[in-house]
Amino acid sequence: MNRIARRFADLRRAGRKALIPYITAGDPRPALTVPMLRALVRAGADILELGVPFSDPMADGPVIQKACERALAQGMSLRRVLEQVREFRQADAETPVVLMGYLNPIESMGYDAFVADARAAGVDGVLTVDLPPEEAAELAEPLKAAGIAPIFLLAPTSSAERIRHTAELAQGYLYYVSLKGVTGSAALNVAEVADKLAGIRALTDLPLGVGFGIKDPPTAAAVAQVADAVVVGSALVARMGELADDPERMLREVGQMIGAMREAMDRPGPTEG
Amino acid sequence: MTAKALRNPVDFSQFPDRAGHFGRYGGRFVAETLMEALHELDDAWRAYRNDPEFLAELDADLARYVGRPTPLYHAERWSRRLGGAQIHLKREDLNHTGAHKINNTVGQALLAKRMGKTRLIAETGAGQHGVASATVAARLGMECVVYMGSEDIQRQALNVYRMRLLGATVQPVTSGSRTLKDALNEALRDWVTNVDNTFYMIGTVAGPHPYPVMVREFQAVIGREAREQMLSDYGCLPNALVACVGGGSNAIGLFHPFLNDGEVAIYGVEAAGSGIETGRHAATLCAGRPGVLHGNRTYLLNDENGQIIETHSVSAGLDYPGVGPEHAWLKDIGRARYVAVTDDEALRGFHDLTRIEGIIPALESSHALAYVTQLAPTMRPDQHIVVNLSGRGDKDIYTVAKLEGIQL
Repeated sequence: MNRIARRFADLRRAGRKALIPYITAGDPRPALTVPMLRALVRAGADILELGVPFSDPMADGPVIQKACERALAQGMSLRRVLEQVREFRQADAETPVVLMGYLNPIESMGYDAFVADARAAGVDGVLTVDLPPEEAAELAEPLKAAGIAPIFLLAPTSSAERIRHTAELAQGYLYYVSLKGVTGSAALNVAEVADKLAGIRALTDLPLGVGFGIKDPPTAAAVAQVADAVVVGSALVARMGELADDPERMLREVGQMIGAMREAMDRPGPTEG
Repeated sequence: MTAKALRNPVDFSQFPDRAGHFGRYGGRFVAETLMEALHELDDAWRAYRNDPEFLAELDADLARYVGRPTPLYHAERWSRRLGGAQIHLKREDLNHTGAHKINNTVGQALLAKRMGKTRLIAETGAGQHGVASATVAARLGMECVVYMGSEDIQRQALNVYRMRLLGATVQPVTSGSRTLKDALNEALRDWVTNVDNTFYMIGTVAGPHPYPVMVREFQAVIGREAREQMLSDYGCLPNALVACVGGGSNAIGLFHPFLNDGEVAIYGVEAAGSGIETGRHAATLCAGRPGVLHGNRTYLLNDENGQIIETHSVSAGLDYPGVGPEHAWLKDIGRARYVAVTDDEALRGFHDLTRIEGIIPALESSHALAYVTQLAPTMRPDQHIVVNLSGRGDKDIYTVAKLEGIQL
């Protein structure tokens, strides 16, 4: 069983929801990525999404664009991201790591080489933002064969037919984009999300993660009431950028942000929303 | 089977496939958040592309607003100078707003109107597509936002002012390399956020399906007219076609109606900038390799890690690290040949046409002219070349003057 499936099974038994932080690999400095991942795990992260920097991150808002630019300016590449995963794995055999990024760096490396290296490094899932299911079979099949989950996005506009098709191809979890727009956009509407998730659940048994627009513990807790996983990215990446010159404070404060979300999500009883 | 069919076994009218593929190129590589918008656009496009009423309105706009058909002009003096084939200029520079870009924006605006959209957005590099978008938005009374890299805004002040005069908002893009590719990223981000009321007018034959085929169909009026004009004026098809290729919309517009005429040689001319060997160029098909950017699989200029690299050309309209997927396919199957000329060669073409024929060409089109100066002398005087004069050069005179050290 893939680490992601095992993690969701464990959480379900414990009656908890998954907290999934996203950071951009190499931002604010390549040497801080692995320490940051470890700090996130210590603070209560269940699954880690590691962004692969790309020169043209079309689906991302300004926060993650800037993070990509900073990372690329310091020589980050898909190969170096895989090295970071390998380094992280040396001391953590349990926490699932999902790469999130765009297709071109993977195309450039070649699908077979990428899948082999990702497997060797200990990657558990791959979410390629600009690879919709229609075009995905060529990459999804070798990923699955290597025990790596191909993860896909669903949007408020996705039709039932598309949701069904996506769920057939996907493993690990489905990532529901909670609002129209790019990463880091305005806050989401929990009631709308709940409605849409109910529709998706009727079509698939895969765990459902929700992301885009989750910035604080109350929102994380509210989303955790209706979703299986809460993804938080831009809020962390923005704070990391602000604290780039004080690495210790960065590791501590970003860890605290995740810790506060963890606590709010685990608190019993319904919350607002 | 006829000899012609044997020479030309592909029926080019059958491409792309239903999902936008030209061989392995094209397709739809966008985030899920845009998929439904693309389906909605594709549905509308397929509903109207053969609708007689839509086409009648389009033809009327092209005739009375754009000024079509554009002439096919025999450049006699230039042909004699070069001492080879007869050169014919397809005068897209005579269109309203001064370039071929308006053929596409008039068409997309009619579609936007039928889809009930009230807001137009566009990306622009040199500003020609931005001006053509702002123009049709003004005419339809629609809001218009044009995304433009902050670098390009500096370089193209004249077109920025034209867009503002037309009532458009020019939104500077300061991410990435601050040029056309980043403007496209930003327009896609706007579209994904405002998809309910917004129509995204892409200016070239790139992007996710259906843009490459839709823009091609709106631009193919160039080649249809040129084909008829050659047949009625000379009783034959041209031996060769030449057009510049950045994203490739003027080129595909000229080429497409001739693709099934296997005897017509086709040349696309890219920007070699300071020379391909210097790395400062925009010759995507000549020097790039396949990848995925801006919603389609095509040739790209990218580094060994798949990061898109910055391009260079004296002509802002060719300064793009991708190219339309149909060109990528035509290159691979050998139906078209892609070559590149440098900034200096293009500038010579610019001056030649200005001095010999009294026509000031756009720097983009000057790349095609520069290749004609190489090609024509290798052909006989009873042969014909049609070259797409895709735009006029008024917008470029500051650039040219500056390069020659002249203060205007």
